[in-house]
Amino acid sequence: METDVIEIKYALDTFYFLMCGALVMWMAAGFTMLESGLVRSKNTTEILTKNVALYAVSCVMYLLMGYTIMYGGSDGGILPDSWFGNSIANASAEEVLAGAAADAGDYTYYSGASDFFFQVVFVATAMSIVSGAVAERMKLWSFLAFAVVMTGVIYPLQGMWKWGGGFLDAAGFLDFAGSGVVHMTGAAAALAAVLLLGARKGKYRADGSVSPIPGANMPMAALGMFILWVGWFGFNGGSELKVSDISEANAVADIFVNTNAAACGGLIAALITARFMFGKADLTMAINGALAGLVAITAEPLTPGPMLSTLIGIIGGTLVVFSVVTFDKLKIDDPVGAISVHGVVGIWGLLAVCFSNPDATLSAQLMGIGVIFAWVFGASLVVWFILKAVVGIRVSEEDEYEGVDISECGMEAYPEFVSGTK
Amino acid sequence: MKMITAVIKPFKLDDVREALADIGVQGLTVTEVKGFGRQKGHTELYRGAEYVVDFLPKVKAEVAVTDDMVDGTVEAIVNAAQTGKIGDGKIFISELNEIIRIRTGETGDDAV
Repeated sequence: METDVIEIKYALDTFYFLMCGALVMWMAAGFTMLESGLVRSKNTTEILTKNVALYAVSCVMYLLMGYTIMYGGSDGGILPDSWFGNSIANASAEEVLAGAAADAGDYTYYSGASDFFFQVVFVATAMSIVSGAVAERMKLWSFLAFAVVMTGVIYPLQGMWKWGGGFLDAAGFLDFAGSGVVHMTGAAAALAAVLLLGARKGKYRADGSVSPIPGANMPMAALGMFILWVGWFGFNGGSELKVSDISEANAVADIFVNTNAAACGGLIAALITARFMFGKADLTMAINGALAGLVAITAEPLTPGPMLSTLIGIIGGTLVVFSVVTFDKLKIDDPVGAISVHGVVGIWGLLAVCFSNPDATLSAQLMGIGVIFAWVFGASLVVWFILKAVVGIRVSEEDEYEGVDISECGMEAYPEFVSGTK
Repeated sequence: MKMITAVIKPFKLDDVREALADIGVQGLTVTEVKGFGRQKGHTELYRGAEYVVDFLPKVKAEVAVTDDMVDGTVEAIVNAAQTGKIGDGKIFISELNEIIRIRTGETGDDAV
């Protein structure tokens, strides 16, 4: 290839990677809006604070150690070569061109810094999943302390096992964009938290039946869903890692179409399932359904056609309604349905890879699910347990009743009656 | 002078306001309130679980009138707010000791 062509392809692939990363970063806004819509108004400022802070904490921790653990190389495939340090490195023009001359098929075709940027926003996504499940009752600073460990060690280590070329990758476990590595991981950490945290006060009546706590702002929740949906094109589309030739461009386009199809299938399925089960068109279930469709297709958005993608989404969207109701009955109180959407449907997505990708084996998929869940759930449980014993993870009953906006942040989201302006 | 307090269905507020304007009532104060009477509450559904709404939204309209206006005002409110279904609300009439118009200092019937 001519030098100019190689340089332009490098620029295009880097540009594509950065733009997809920026789309995924925007998912932080989606989670923030979704979660703020599904909590009560007295807990709005706190959930917003949690979401903006976790994004920044995730990025700093991933820079300090996470990226090095995940992509700095590993010896034996279980532990990383090194735990700390900055391993972001851009190749020089000479190195890229020399690599291309030596092997036209395998050379550095995008910037190393763009790779970091794309990966770091995924970590924030995993952490955002936790914040919704523990909403309205967790101490802000305990949550952020957990975020430090989660994004610095727990997430990157299992990420290395798969995407960093570790033992799960070697075993043939397939997870294209992260139904397991990102979504089930977030859900497993959330489940550990909720088990130690307990349900919100008032969620269960004395006889044990569910007393629902409706979210305060449905427009916010719907907007959050669409922002997440947009971000997901970067999440799955960017995970193709390349766009600069005809076959890669086709693959990227297929991924966009499949991702969108699965979300639509999930939304319709959840809406109809909720209508038949409850007699009403439950918007929150439709929103969960769209997100379930997106999670389900994330493990393999390339090989299924749009029809199979829609079906994978439909099954995810149906599953999520039953899952939300079941977790509620088990007294696992998850205000936004994060454990159902990202955990239960994440597992479904990983299994669904077997339907379309001939390289997938059920045994490798089950092994990946088991290993990632066991590690993330176990490690998270230990961290949450230590936090609970040392500083506590739950606000006082009085603070919970008054709303954590005042007790944690000292400000209301909608201050109608404030002190005088003079 | 009497204070007439009507608790009505919110969607009937416009009708009540027009009916009162037609008979010459010059002022009305309304508050969004919640409450229950014989209608009691009703159940709603959120994410598959039922919950009881004990207090239903109502509008409380307060009108101060001279004694000779009481019957006409009550009649206007009843006609405008009635649907015949349970939950139409109630009218309370109480004695009013004094009224003062802040702008002019007028009192009694002159201030109504």
